[in-house]
Amino acid sequence: MRRDPVVRFVGRTAVLPAEDVDTDQIIPARFLKGTTRDGLGAHLFADRTDAPVGTGAAVLVAGRNFGCGSSREHAVWALMGHGFRAVVAPSFADIFFANALQNGLVPVAAPAAACAALGQVPGAVVAVDVQALTLTLPDQSAVAFALPPFARHCLLEGLDDLSFLVSQEPSIAAYERRAADSFFPDRKVTP
Amino acid sequence: MSQPRTLFAKVWDAHVVRAATGDTPAVLYVDLHLLHEVTSPQAFQELRERGLRVRRPERSVATMDHSTPTDGSPPDAQAAAQIAALEQSCREWSIPLYAMGDARQGIVHVVGPEQGLTQPGMTIVCGDSHTSTHGAFGALAFGIGTSQVAQVLATQCLLAEAPRTFAVDVGGLLPEGVTAKDLALALIAQIGAAGATGHVIEYRGPAVEALSMEERMTVCNMSIEAGARAGMVAPDDTTFAYLEGRPQAPRGAQWLSAMERWRGLASDAGARFDTEAALDASSLEPMVTFGTSPGMAVPISGAVPTAGGPALERALLYMGLTAGQRLAGHPIDVVFIGSCTNARLSDLRLAARVFEGRQVARGVRALVVPGSQKVKRDAEAEGLDRLFRAAGAEWREPGCSMCIAMNGDRLEPGQYAVSTSNRNFEGRQGSGGRTFLASPLTAAAAAVTGTISDPRELLQ
Repeated sequence: MRRDPVVRFVGRTAVLPAEDVDTDQIIPARFLKGTTRDGLGAHLFADRTDAPVGTGAAVLVAGRNFGCGSSREHAVWALMGHGFRAVVAPSFADIFFANALQNGLVPVAAPAAACAALGQVPGAVVAVDVQALTLTLPDQSAVAFALPPFARHCLLEGLDDLSFLVSQEPSIAAYERRAADSFFPDRKVTP
Repeated sequence: MSQPRTLFAKVWDAHVVRAATGDTPAVLYVDLHLLHEVTSPQAFQELRERGLRVRRPERSVATMDHSTPTDGSPPDAQAAAQIAALEQSCREWSIPLYAMGDARQGIVHVVGPEQGLTQPGMTIVCGDSHTSTHGAFGALAFGIGTSQVAQVLATQCLLAEAPRTFAVDVGGLLPEGVTAKDLALALIAQIGAAGATGHVIEYRGPAVEALSMEERMTVCNMSIEAGARAGMVAPDDTTFAYLEGRPQAPRGAQWLSAMERWRGLASDAGARFDTEAALDASSLEPMVTFGTSPGMAVPISGAVPTAGGPALERALLYMGLTAGQRLAGHPIDVVFIGSCTNARLSDLRLAARVFEGRQVARGVRALVVPGSQKVKRDAEAEGLDRLFRAAGAEWREPGCSMCIAMNGDRLEPGQYAVSTSNRNFEGRQGSGGRTFLASPLTAAAAAVTGTISDPRELLQ
């Protein structure tokens, strides 16, 4: 399935000056009772009195270990539903980082000094460049960030993991034949 | 001779369908996919929209736990819709489902092991971060998001970057009154809530070898609270004794050959880890958290730290605590004994040791929520339900309950709880609720004293 490519965009920042922002804070569990991805943006940071919402910002700036805790992809859907296209933080929790990339939300792991500087100027204009892997700061200096090569390719081309995995069917079937009678026997769950 | 390999590397290598290239991550095969009602509906919908089918339904198992009430009341309209969606999807694609009313229903990470679904050497995923629990069996088990749930349903595979490895050596033995939960909290306090980000932890050493399977599950469950992708323990005779005879475990000749394979999974002598940490179990005390991150934990005889920067300041403001304050003696409102961390039979037995012959303190509400229908039956067969009720505690139906506050069980704003669950995040147990994480012994001690209390004083 194709989705909109994410190549480069310019946007204003909103700042949440906190470390270890967990996914329960991003979207509290009581909002996880739906069966679609829709409508979550309205509840982003619902319980935080300092929620950086409603500013029209496209880039959220936060502290280290952003997105820790629960694996809920709803956190990414809520951020995107609210209009965020990137999160800039010194570091991210693993599952959140993966979930963000699955949806085209760019997790920008930027140097702590750059994050701290951005934290002082909410509303600043920055540019996120997935092609060049740079974050351009308000003073027009640029800092580099890293993305896994395949994830970057998918962002640039508007592709996703599922399409790639489906294309691997011959390898998967061959693996199952190989594994069935070797180290790992077939383990069927009986009803 | 080949390079010595870690337990992790042996399991990983055996599941690589297609090796990583410079352009693409490895394609990793998933042996067992666990599903629950909250993180799966959008994945099933994605399959429908894209015209894909569930490739290997017999490698999936679904149950219901997160949004299901545990007080016997019917689910609200939204939860009912989620439950119906899971039932419909499982029917549509012939996925085994342990639904409400099924004797096997319960918290997904309690159900997998107790049914014998979780086995050494497997790759196991679930749309839930506490999937790390299953690593107690020497499986590589980790949480995934809903997009990846769809990928596993459609292809039985994931794209995965190889994580780094982290050896945690635990020497000595846990003293009386100090539990696997305390060990986990002590480790997270030591390495931090992001201390193992990007890593798979292997827990090893005499203290780990001495743990029961249920205790190992508690330790591995909390791996994610240190940021780890997964936690693992090498399978041994304790593992095999637990598994033998479980409904989904191999039998007869297959059981014998499985054990032979599983014995080979342990890390080779000389295997290298990217990161290492050590702690001494014999020096540990019961642990309790004081803040809003699981790493903010101290021994129960200790006090809130005085130096910790803005994160500590914010946490203490939320918790209504002051720097330097002692935790023992702090009054509490609610005690929650349950969750995928501490709702197995041995956890309930620990709590029962403290409740026996005592009463829940005036003004305190205590909930005991078994992790599964089987745990509930086994506990009732021992009379634990009567013991808890006689002490004034509530005895509930299985489910995630007050760990996640999306099923009717929650703290009220400002309330203090001692909880055996895994997260003390702001609002995790209900908006404005304030959580002290601790072991089942410490939680039960809080219930009967009405304050944070050292359970060792009640066990004498």
